[in-house]
Amino acid sequence: MRGIQAGMEGMLGGYDTGGFYDEMFDGAGGVRPQCQALHDRLAAMSREEFDRKRQLANLTFLNQGVTFTVYSDNRGTERIFPFDLIPRIVAGSEWQHIERGLRQRITALNLFLHDVYHDQRIVKEKILPGEILRSARHFRPEFMGFDVPKGIYIHICGTDLVRGSDGVYYVLEDNARSPSGVSYVLENRHVMKRVFPKLFNRHSVRPVDVYPQELLNLLREVAPANAQAEPMVVLLTPGVFNSAYFEHAYLARAMGIEIVVGADLVVQDERVYMKTTKGLRRVDVIYRRIDDDFLDPQVFRKDSLLGVPGLVNAYRRGNVSLANSIGTGVADDKVVYHFVPEMIRFYMSEEPLLPNVPTYLSHFESDRGYILEHIEKLVIKSANESGGYGMLIGPHASSAECEEFRAAIRKDPRNYVAQPVVELSRCPSWCDGTIEGRHIDLRPYVLAGERTVIVPGGLTRVALRKGSLVVNSSQGGGSKDTWVIEEENHA
Amino acid sequence: MLSRVAESLYWIGRYIERAESNARMLDVNLQVTLDFEGEQGEVALQTWSSPLASLQDHQLFESLFPKVSPEAVSEFLTFSEENPNSIVSCVGGARENARMVRDSISSEMWEQINLLHLWLGTEEARALFNGSTIDFYRKVVDGSHQFHGTTDATLTHGEGWNFLQCGKFLERADCASRILDLKYHILLPSGEEVCGNIDTVQWLSVLKSCSGYEAFRKLFPGPVLPWRVAEFILLHDSFPRSIRFCCEQLDAALHRISGCDRAHFANEAERLSGRLCADLNYETIRRVFRAGLHEYLDEIQQRLIRVNNGLQEVYCRWADEAETS
Repeated sequence: MRGIQAGMEGMLGGYDTGGFYDEMFDGAGGVRPQCQALHDRLAAMSREEFDRKRQLANLTFLNQGVTFTVYSDNRGTERIFPFDLIPRIVAGSEWQHIERGLRQRITALNLFLHDVYHDQRIVKEKILPGEILRSARHFRPEFMGFDVPKGIYIHICGTDLVRGSDGVYYVLEDNARSPSGVSYVLENRHVMKRVFPKLFNRHSVRPVDVYPQELLNLLREVAPANAQAEPMVVLLTPGVFNSAYFEHAYLARAMGIEIVVGADLVVQDERVYMKTTKGLRRVDVIYRRIDDDFLDPQVFRKDSLLGVPGLVNAYRRGNVSLANSIGTGVADDKVVYHFVPEMIRFYMSEEPLLPNVPTYLSHFESDRGYILEHIEKLVIKSANESGGYGMLIGPHASSAECEEFRAAIRKDPRNYVAQPVVELSRCPSWCDGTIEGRHIDLRPYVLAGERTVIVPGGLTRVALRKGSLVVNSSQGGGSKDTWVIEEENHA
Repeated sequence: MLSRVAESLYWIGRYIERAESNARMLDVNLQVTLDFEGEQGEVALQTWSSPLASLQDHQLFESLFPKVSPEAVSEFLTFSEENPNSIVSCVGGARENARMVRDSISSEMWEQINLLHLWLGTEEARALFNGSTIDFYRKVVDGSHQFHGTTDATLTHGEGWNFLQCGKFLERADCASRILDLKYHILLPSGEEVCGNIDTVQWLSVLKSCSGYEAFRKLFPGPVLPWRVAEFILLHDSFPRSIRFCCEQLDAALHRISGCDRAHFANEAERLSGRLCADLNYETIRRVFRAGLHEYLDEIQQRLIRVNNGLQEVYCRWADEAETS
């Protein structure tokens, strides 16, 4: 189907929505009200001016070392995460809806985790099949009956939302272990203010820079009962070669806490200490950016050099808190994801505000037949992969690739899910000198403490390759600043 | 402060200073070579062997380059990634450490180091090196100064800053002693008449390597006497690149870290640095020459190594027992 030509002047001239849901233009080619000021500014700008600003932004990222490490390059090359200068705008009323939906969802997920590590009512009442729980790769039966401070398992959650052609926001997946990317939310905003100062005057863009302070408040809140009066909070990183190291250092600096590697910590008498120039200092809370598997070589992976021997024991004794808690990965298993709307009904007696994308489980024989038959039309995902790996987009795949996934599904049906292809909404983006629509998603960051805090907006990722639906940085994705705009100011 | 962070800050100070010192030495060498252009190769060859001798990197150099030439030595000490003491390696080392402690340094400091590191990898830097080598080395020295200036203006003058100061001044004292010692290598075998033309130029080059020429001239108009130059570099109390001044600063920074007053010591590093300061404070150049300049400088280098070991021992090393208990 032919898209609508937006008959605008300047850089937006000839912009084609391609028939997709467009974040800036409505179906009739009109500009959505929340985007009007941005649209007018872009329309009045020359390509040269825009390109100058673009280069200034890129240089800022490079000089500040806002980079991620490319693993495939053995010299550890650092690249900047491609940044698209045209922001994605979310209307205030839409955001209110998203925010309510996310609060509901995180509440359900935390209730679910408490349940699966205690009574497992959800299995007993046959909402979730027991075999799916038992076979979830990140389920930690060792922690059955273990109580975490204030009953909060997931403290920090990154929930990926997509918007379909119907304009509805769907939850694509939950990242309940150690979601990354929030530093780009903060840094993108910082760069945008530097490059487009005037645009911020015209909009009432809700600020995002409270995130580090809110995160620190949360981490202090979950300190164990026997913590020091001023709880000592540290960030545990796998180290400087981790692709997200920039973010770890960024957050630690913004919170004013120490960033530590495993070798900086030592466990004595079931308490955790860090090695300082003034001797050993007690640690109360660890914001860990390292997976369960690598936390403690005495308990999980024996070959882990990243972890701290004895850490899990100190945690079990209640002498140190971990955020997120151990064992949250069971909640972001892509098979368990299918049951989240049911969890919301089961634990909260509410209807889900943000729907899931319809999901078929090859674990169920009835679904499996459908999946194998229609694989060319579906997106297939492996239950525990992320970063755009272990995934097949049927309509874009070769028949050999489809066959490969068919075989994999037959061999291990528990580990695959299928979803119809969601025609992700598009947003005007800079593409080699012209502005074209590119598909985007949205990852808001949810901080769940005594109260739940969600910074307005989140990380908008954009698939910069033409036609691509994959937004991951490892697969040619970039990011945009995300503006939540208060509506009364431009009505 | 985390022991690992303290160690990284200390090494940032050392690496940046070492890069600067290399740039200074090469810059001055180049200028001396230009002065002697046309004269026979003996002087030029000596001039270019000496930086290698002073850095004790001769073996590595020989494994990488067929023979000593101005180009080969400059390349080895500037761009060679195989040489851990080249300017590129030192700045890279400083940057790697800075990356590990980004949360403990200011963004401005990180940007200074990162800019210098990125610039050294550009075509532009190569072109400047090929086209105007002296300007290239100036730019490296400027980069170091900008880093130190930024550090002093943006980083809290607390524990971390003091570790940086320790690294900077220990390395600077060490480099000054090596630059001075360079002349030992040149002068001894040459048999050149004392205060001959070449000799004077060589001593002037020592002063210039330390940015000390103008300061020296203000103090000592008249002929450049070798022993005066040595005294100035070794024992001057307030010239910021003299060995005595650097050792004073090192000792002061060490004492600020522990909070111990300077008349006493709280650990082995302070005991050794305090003693080194006392020796330099009460030394005379006459006694130094009697003992032998080379021997004296060599001992200073050994003593600086022991201060370094003492510092790492007390602040950065953790016994293996602690790891497993």
